[in-house]
Parts: sequence; structure tokens; C-alpha cells
Amino acid sequence: MSMKSEARARALLDPALIIEAAGVAVKKLNPAQLMRNPVIFVTEVVAALVTILALRDSLWGGAGPSFFSGQIAAWLWFTVLFATFAEALAEGRGKAQAASLRATRSDTMAKRLIDPQGRDHLDGVVEIVSALSLRPGDVVLVEAGDVIPSDGEIVEGMASVNESAITGESAPVIREAGGDRSAVTGGTTVLSDWIKLRVTAQPGETFVDRMIALVEGAERQKTPNELALSVLLAGLTLIFLIAVVTLYGLATYSGAVPSVVVLVALLVTLIPTTIGGLLSAIGIAGMNRLVRFNVLATSGRAVEAAGDVDTLLLDKTGTITFGNRMAAEFIALPGVDPRRLAEAALLASLSDETPEGRSIVALAKANFGLADPDLSGDAPDIVPFAAHTRLSGVDFSSRRLRKGAVDSALKFARLAPDEAPPEFRAAVDRISRAGGTPLAVVETRALQTRAAGADAVAMHASELLGLIHLKDVVKPGIKARFAELRAMGIKTVMITGDNPLTAAAIATEAGVDDFLAEATPEDKLKFIRKEQSGGRLVAMCGDGTNDAPALAQADVGVAMQTGTQAAREAGNMVDLDSDPTKLIEVVEIGKQLLMTRGSLTTFSIANDVAKYFAILPALFVTAYPSLSALNVMHLASPQSAILSAVIFNAVIIVALIPLALKGVTYRAVGAAALLRRNLLVYGLGGLLAPFVGIKLIDVAVAALHLA
Amino acid sequence: MTLNGWLQIGLVLGLVLVAVRPLGLYMAAVFEGRRTPASLALGPVERGFYRLAGVAPDKEQGWLAYTLAMLTFSALGFVSLYAILRLQAYLPLNPQGFDGVAPDLAFNTAISFLTNTNWQAYGGETTMSAFSQMAGLAVHNFLSAATGIALALAVTRAFARGGATTIGNFWVDLTRATLYVLLPLSIVVALGFVAAGAPQTLAGSVDATTLEGAKQTLALGPVASQEAIKQLGTNGGGFFNVNAAHPFENPNAFANILQIWSMLTVSAALLIMFGEMVGSERQGWALFGAVGALLLCGVALVYASETAGDPLLTALGLDPAQGNLEGKEIRFGQALTALYVAVTTGLSCGAVNAMHDSLTPLGGLVPLFLIQLGEVLPGGVGSGLYGLLAFAVLSVFIAGLMVGRTPEFLGKKIEAREIKLAMLAVLILPLAILGFTSVAAVLPAGLASLANSGPHGLSEMLYAYTSAAGNNGSAFAGLSANTPWWNTTTAIAMVLGRFGYAVPVMAMAGSLAAKKKGAPSAGTFPTDGLLFVGLLIGIILIVGGLQFFPALALGPIVEHVLMLAGKTF
Repeated sequence: MSMKSEARARALLDPALIIEAAGVAVKKLNPAQLMRNPVIFVTEVVAALVTILALRDSLWGGAGPSFFSGQIAAWLWFTVLFATFAEALAEGRGKAQAASLRATRSDTMAKRLIDPQGRDHLDGVVEIVSALSLRPGDVVLVEAGDVIPSDGEIVEGMASVNESAITGESAPVIREAGGDRSAVTGGTTVLSDWIKLRVTAQPGETFVDRMIALVEGAERQKTPNELALSVLLAGLTLIFLIAVVTLYGLATYSGAVPSVVVLVALLVTLIPTTIGGLLSAIGIAGMNRLVRFNVLATSGRAVEAAGDVDTLLLDKTGTITFGNRMAAEFIALPGVDPRRLAEAALLASLSDETPEGRSIVALAKANFGLADPDLSGDAPDIVPFAAHTRLSGVDFSSRRLRKGAVDSALKFARLAPDEAPPEFRAAVDRISRAGGTPLAVVETRALQTRAAGADAVAMHASELLGLIHLKDVVKPGIKARFAELRAMGIKTVMITGDNPLTAAAIATEAGVDDFLAEATPEDKLKFIRKEQSGGRLVAMCGDGTNDAPALAQADVGVAMQTGTQAAREAGNMVDLDSDPTKLIEVVEIGKQLLMTRGSLTTFSIANDVAKYFAILPALFVTAYPSLSALNVMHLASPQSAILSAVIFNAVIIVALIPLALKGVTYRAVGAAALLRRNLLVYGLGGLLAPFVGIKLIDVAVAALHLA
Repeated sequence: MTLNGWLQIGLVLGLVLVAVRPLGLYMAAVFEGRRTPASLALGPVERGFYRLAGVAPDKEQGWLAYTLAMLTFSALGFVSLYAILRLQAYLPLNPQGFDGVAPDLAFNTAISFLTNTNWQAYGGETTMSAFSQMAGLAVHNFLSAATGIALALAVTRAFARGGATTIGNFWVDLTRATLYVLLPLSIVVALGFVAAGAPQTLAGSVDATTLEGAKQTLALGPVASQEAIKQLGTNGGGFFNVNAAHPFENPNAFANILQIWSMLTVSAALLIMFGEMVGSERQGWALFGAVGALLLCGVALVYASETAGDPLLTALGLDPAQGNLEGKEIRFGQALTALYVAVTTGLSCGAVNAMHDSLTPLGGLVPLFLIQLGEVLPGGVGSGLYGLLAFAVLSVFIAGLMVGRTPEFLGKKIEAREIKLAMLAVLILPLAILGFTSVAAVLPAGLASLANSGPHGLSEMLYAYTSAAGNNGSAFAGLSANTPWWNTTTAIAMVLGRFGYAVPVMAMAGSLAAKKKGAPSAGTFPTDGLLFVGLLIGIILIVGGLQFFPALALGPIVEHVLMLAGKTF
């Protein structure tokens, strides 16, 4: 079962989720819980107040018409319910993901070593205990077919592990003691062999436990920006509370005292209920988007920080270029037919199963239309690539073909380096300067065969045919990606172990802004610190233990799931797919989260203008009939105006739930263009939309004789 | 409205525009401690003051120490001014032999001058001795203005610096603001008023015989000098009861232009100084553009509304082409009166050259609303700048999120603490204005002072608390404000409006100063362009103004629609 595919399969508004969320929404009306959200809490308090007044009016025939105040009360409750529903819906989508994770965590049993120092695990000195009783430092044995009981570091052994429970990727991965692949995650399964691992997590605090808590939003704390926004909304609520409460005195003086129900309606429409109601849903949905990308953030803070990133540190290999070097060009020496060179290279590479070798075959076929050679009749000897010869090739009866590192090939051809033709040496230089790797292709022919003696084939004529240019191939589309990032104001920096010359060549080709060549872990750390002291936020990804300090120092550190425990602890996000390119998506998700908040806040605040024009004339029109001049929307009656404004205020929350969950569309353009667009859509739109909306509702209210 | 009128308005604003940049850059140089041509003469004087006071000018203060110094200084200023007013009968230079000022009035007046409000619940020429005017009120005209500038400097430095624990030295800023800016400008402007015919004498009064042969006592005094700092320091407290409508305070059109110029220029130049000090003069001009646009709208609305006149007066046979001339000085005309009205309330000056109580309802709505926006257009000297920066922080926060980053202003991240403090500051005005008005509107003690009933009476009360809390000082004069209730409550409103605003903003400055200054990139929200200008205007109107709509609807707006229907109050 793949968590990824299941999560993606969930439609934005799954009916089952909606029904479940509706139930949860009612439970969330608990005032103790709603206190966290001051805007909605105030709405709930006044909704209760109006309900009491409406009941009083209908039971004892109080001051106001109870049908009207009853409707206002109902819509105020809907306002609160819509807000809790939005939150419940966002949480519900996470819960489904959590459930599939929880299944992996059930009561696993563990084989704990009684004497961890014992040499041989087959001694039988293990005791069977519950996974929940394991403590950090315990050493357990996991054999083929066992579920790994807790997070840990392999201390001995090597095994293939199925991590699909977490990553959704069913292909097994190799985990072994030492090196960068020694971390294993509780809940995954050992498929073959055995490992001993030292437990690194307390029960209930394992990676899977943290993931569950995260996607469920159980330990959700307000992120810094969310907190700031809450403060702003609380402040605005307070300001309008002052305006409405003091209105009582002013209206008394004017002999135009509105009823409490009407004052409450004014208050609730003015306070920012729209963003107040959707704020936490936006935050939860942002985390969920990240989870759906198979990235887990240890805190919402990290997601926000991702939106703020100024500098991206990207590993060259795997992110900017494909993991391996590939043949890009055949360079034939003068007098050699390029087709002959390609053929020779193809034949010499047939036995080379490395990606480089395969890429030579592919290039020869692609550029010269060569077919797979038919070797059946010839019966040649295949000479596979070997690390000590650094050559691969094929021996026919009359000739031998080799391709490989330049010095090895020259040696094979019995040529001293300075005996190579100048064109050959020039081409080698050119390839090196461009950041590539030159491979030489050489052919030797037997000139004469002496029948006697041990050195039967002593005389050969060697011929250098030419060179194969192996280069780092920059991923297609990555340059455009970096251009987008640049437009967003994000600087990309390539990290590579290559020498500066090679690095510069690839950097230019990929279009990164800067590069760090021959980078050691210390260099990375220093670079990050330098950027940060310049006031820039840095994101990077890494997997090795030596990446840990840099991951910890970076503002956003994405550790690869395949990486070491140290790296995973140091970063504040884990990429389950171990795909370093995702750093870019992570940044975009962070930006989208902040944009959604800002856009809905702007929309909510801009709404107030129209609501004033709906309610203010209605408030005082009895005392001052001439104030109806302010009724620019020509609403049917004061009561329908007030009711329509309250209905609009409630309905707009529901209408915006899909936007809050999906997020505002993100575009990779500069801040000024982005702001102009969003200001137009959500600022101006927020100013105008309620004029239209309230008028339409008013028409309906009047037609249905609701007020 | 006439083209001629707009040309007059354009001329005055043009004169301001010309002066803003050089003055702004000069002030930046002075407050950054750079040498200026003035240092040669004033440097030794400045250092002499520090030696006398035992101030180490190089030792900077954190925001709390800075704020406490300001509060202590203000408290001492209050005590000394209160004592001078109460004891003026026993003090020298009292040629008219005035008695000591009554306790509630002395309290109100001392607070009023201390807070740069200059709300005057008294008639100057019939209450204050020359000593009280010069050693008491005029001194505070300088000091309250210099205090405002000092606070603005502290906030400016918070944006200019990164990772700083200090934001300047209050005593140094206070001294420099007085010595290098207010004093030299005052001398020049005072001479300008003298040239225009304003009296400058220690004589108490002269007796004149009118054309009808009646005897009239004309009050005199050091009018020109007080007039200069009253305008330059956006104080607004006149020598005479009718303020700059009095022919001795504001003798002619030239004096009127000088009045408007001198009240507007320093505050406007402070915006440019801000830009210069934070390393982006453009930023200063962006702020200037936002407040300039709003202020011009205010001018246009007053001008249009006053020249449109009053249908009731037209019905009585008055020439509608003259517009509403009630309460206006014909020697200034409609255009420059409209400009004066908007500028004095867009600033927290409060000097008046016309009676705001006599403006048409919509004409009167403008000064009310401009003050309620928080006195940021461009506001009182210093106080306007730090008030505006609170709005800028809110604007950047609300809209800045829309670019997908934690909002930043001038490289400083705006987070929960800044928002909390900015909101706390912005909250003070509605609390003080609406809270007090609401109470006064139902209390007999409040209602007893009203000269008019109905919506105009409400406007009078609303204006009183608006003016007090906004530290403006102008009045809808129909209200008899010299009563214990009004003296006490307006004084409280003034304290809230000044210190209740300044202290949170200073705390915000402290928090901002400590933050690292981020580098701008293509991804950061540009705050020096037209987009930001428009946004700032929107936020000032929505966050600063919207909450006053219900109150305004019951006051000037109702009055307007009723006037059109032929009803007066």
C-alpha cells in the first residue's frame, strides 16, 4: 500500500470526509477549545447572546421581532460552524494519512540482545520483548521477515529493507552498518539477511509516531507567522468591539438606539471572521500539501521558513545533473572515420554495465544509427571493466578494442603520454576544461603471428581512434527552474566535490547563480553562516552524517529518508522519496502557505467597506430617515440589509474553504508582480465582491419574505 | 473652487516641496552626528549643555532606557509647568496682574502643552501672563516638539540598524532637535512674522480709541516668536484665543502662507530624513507620496464643501458663489482656508485660521477624520513619523504575506511582537476618542457644555476628544471646554494619545533594532514604489479610519443630509 498514492487519490472534497468533518465541527464548538481563536470565539459568545435574546423575544414577547433575531442567531451559529468545519475538514484529510501510518506501528515484538557485546547473534542470547519496552541504547536483532521495532542505527550486518510503509516506494533498499546508510526506521520490514541495531528513539517518539502526530495536527502549535496574524486579527476584533460598544452611547445621545441584535450583527460583520475562520485550516492544509509531496516537516515553523528562503544550496549530483556522467560526443582523430570510432566504442562498451558504458552504447546507436552487433559467429572474448585496468573491451581473433581512462588506454597501446598525437592531447585538454571526462578508444591489430614461444602475439600495431566525451548531463528543464527561482529572488548555489574548473562549466550550463567547488562539509557550514550573516535564509538538503552540522545550521534542512540518523535528526524536514530536487517544491509550498494567508486576510479586511454601506444606514434610518442616502446598494429594508450582510459573512467562509485548502495559485514571478496581481484579485475583489454578494442575498431574502 | 484658488494651494505646497529635501537631508546629517555648517557655531554650545547636564553624548540607550528618559523628562516638565501656571500671580512679567490658573485648567493646560497638543480651554490674552506664555508655554512648544522628533529618531534608527541593542541617546536627540532644527528655524520664521506685522513686545496691551470713539484694550505680547514655534513644532497653541484667525497672529496673506509652510515643512522633511537615515531616500518619498495624496484629498474635500456653501444661507439671499464664509477670514479666502484646515489637522498642529465649528458638515468631517486617522498626514513633528511607521508595519504585514514571504519592512522581519505593539498603539485612538465621547454623550456633565444640539452637538464632543487624543489641539469652539469634566477627561485623552501611542511604538522599535537586517531581493516586497503607496493609503483608511464611521455617520454625515433637507442645529 502506498501512502503517497492513497493521499493523492483523496479528492479535495471527499463526501465521506465532509460528513465526518461536519460531525467534528459541532464538537469543536466547545468554547474552551475555541478560545484559541479570538475572532471566532467572540462570534460564538455573541451568537449565544443573540440566541438568548431571540428565545426571550419569542417566549415572553420582548422588544424585537423574534423571527428576525432568530434568523440572525442561526446565521451567527452557522458562521462559527463553518469556521470549525473548515478546520475539521483540513484535519480530516490528514487523519486518513495518519491511519495508514498507524497500522505499521501495532504491537511489534523485538528480539533484544541480552549481551550486546556478544559476537555471534546465533548464540540465542536474545529475549523477546514488546517494541514499546525498548529504550535508546538497547540493541536488537532483526532478521529476514521481521518488522524493525524502533528507529535505530545498524551496528552490525547488512540487510535489504522494504520501506514502503513510510515512503510508498516498494523497491527494497540496502541498509548496512557504517557509512551513510546505517539508519533504519521503525515499522519497516527486513526482507533478507539480518542486522543488529542500536535503538535511538524513546517509545512513542519514533519517526512514525512523530509523523502521525504531525499529519493529525494533534500537537499543532501556531507557527510564528500564524501567531502574528492571530494577534492582528485579535487587535482588529478589539478595535471593532470598541467601535460597536461605544456606539451605544453615541446612539443614545442621538435617540437612535439600535437593538442589541443589530449591534451584534454589525460587530460580527466587521470583525475579520473570514480569515479568522479559515486561518488554522490554511495552516493544516499547508502541512498536508507537504505530506502529499512525501516531505515531512518537524514543525510548521520550518514550512514558513521555506517560504522565506533566499539561498538554495543544491547538490550537483542528482539535483542539477543526473547521477552519472554520460557520453555526449565522439571525437575522432584525424584520418579516423567517426563511424569507425563509434563502432569501436560500442563494441568495447558492450560488456560495460556501468551507466557510463550504457550511455556510450546509447550514443553510438543514436548518432550513427548502429545496430546491436551480431557477435555470434565471431565468438570474441569479452573483457569486462575492471577497477585495476580501468578499461573494458573486446578481443577478436585479429584485433582488440579497448575504451577507458586516457592514461590506461595509452598504456594499453604502449604509448607514452607525450607520444600521443597533438590533436589527441588537445582534445583531452578541451574535455577536461569543459568539466567532462575523456575516455580514449584504442584498437590494436596483430601484425604477425609467430607460432612458437610463449609470447605468441608479441607484435601489435596500436591505433588511437579518438575520444569519448563523458560529461555531467544537466537535467532538462532545470535551467528554466532556476530562472524561475531567480525571478522569485532566490539565489541557487551548486555544491560539488568537483574541481573549480569543472564546477564552473556545469554551473554555467545549469544557470545556477553561484557554486561551491571541492566542497567539504566545513565549507558548506561556512558558506551557510556567511549567507546568514548577510541576512539571508538558507535551505539545503543532505543525507550523510557529515552533512548534519550544515543541515542543522541551515534555516531549512531537508534530510533524505535514505540518509543517516544523524542527518535526519539535524534537518527540520525529511524527504521520504530522497529526491533532492524537491527542495524547490518545498520552497514553493512554503510561499503558497503564506500567500494564502495574506490573500484571505486582505480579502477579509477589504470586505468591511461594503458591510458598512449595508448596515450603517439600516442602523439609524429610523432616527434619521435621510441617512438612507447611504444605502447605495438599495437593499430592500433595514432588516433585510442586516440579515443579508450577516448571511454573506457566514457563507463567504464556506465559499472560500476550497481556496484555503488548495492554496492560492502560485506563480514564479517577482514580488512586485505577485503583489500587484494578488492585490487586484483579493484586495479589489474583496472590496467589490460583498457589494454584489450582499445585494444578491438581499434580493433572495426579500423574495422569500425572510425579513 | 476656482483655478486661482488651486494655484494658491499649489504655490504653498510647492514652497513646502522645495524645502523638504534640503531640510530632510540636513536633519539626517545633524542626527547622525555628522558635521554641518551649523556645527561650527552650535557645536560648542551643544557640548557645553552635555557637560552641564553630565550627559555622555556617545553613550547610547536601549529602547527602555530611552523611553524612561523621555517619560521622566515629560513628568518633570509637567510638574514645572503646572507650578508656573498655578503660581503666575507671584511670578514676574505679569503686567495685567492675572491670578493663578485654576487647578483643573492648569492640569489640562500643562498636559496639553507637554503632549504637543496645545488644546486651549482658556483664552490666552485673558488668562496667561507673559511669563507663563514665554517661560511656560513657549518652552514646552520647543520641548514637546523636540521630544517628538527624538522618539521618531529612535524608531528610525531601529530600521536603520541591524542587530542593535541601542537606539540613540534621548538627551542628545532632544538637544540637537532643539538647537540645530527648531531654534534656528524659529528665529527666521519669527522675523518673517514680524515683517508681516505681528507684534513682538513685552508690553501687555495698548488702549485704542475706535472709530466710534469707544475705548478698546488691545492685548499685545511676544506674539511673533511664539507664533513661529507654535507652527514649526506643530503645537498650535495660539497667543490669542482665536488663534491664527486673529489679525495680530496672522496679519495678512503672506503671514498665512508662512504659517502653513512652517507647520507642514518640518514634519514632511522628517519623512525624507527617515528615508535618508535608513539608506533609501526613495522610501522617504514613498511615505511622503502616501500622506501627500491623502492630505490633498482632504484639502479638496474641504475646499469643495466650503465653496459649495450652505443651501440655507443661499435661501436667505446670500450669494452662493462666495460659498460658506461663516467663521472665515476674508483676507485668506476659501482656498488657503481650506488648505489651512486640512493641513492643521493632517498634522497634529491644531492652529486654526478659521472656526472649524462654522465649517459645513462635510467640511467639518474632514478635519475630524484626518485627526482620527492617527495624525499621520504627515502628523506632528516626530509623532507623525512614528505613527506612520506603525501603519507601514501593519500594511507590510497584511499585504506583504501575499508575496509568499514573512513580511519584511526595510529588511526587518515583522513578527508577532511587532504586530502586537503596533496594534496596541493603533488601538489607543479609538479607545480614547470613542470611549470618552460615548460616555460624555450620556453624562449631564458632558452635555452641559454643548452650545448646539443634535448631530452638531455630537460632532462638537467627538471633535474635542478626537483633537485631544490625536494631540491636535484645535476645537469645534461651540463646546465650553473649561469645566472640570472636560478639563480632566480631555487631559487623560491627551496623555493616552501621546504616551499610550509612543510607548508601544518604542517597544516595537526596540524589538526591530535587535533584528538582523535582511538583504532585499526580487522576492521581497518593494516598499518604495507606487504599489506600496496605494497600499499604505488603503491600510490607513481601513485600519485607522473605518472604526470611526458609525460615529461620523451620527455626527457630520447626518448633519449634512439634514442640512440638504433644510434643518439646522
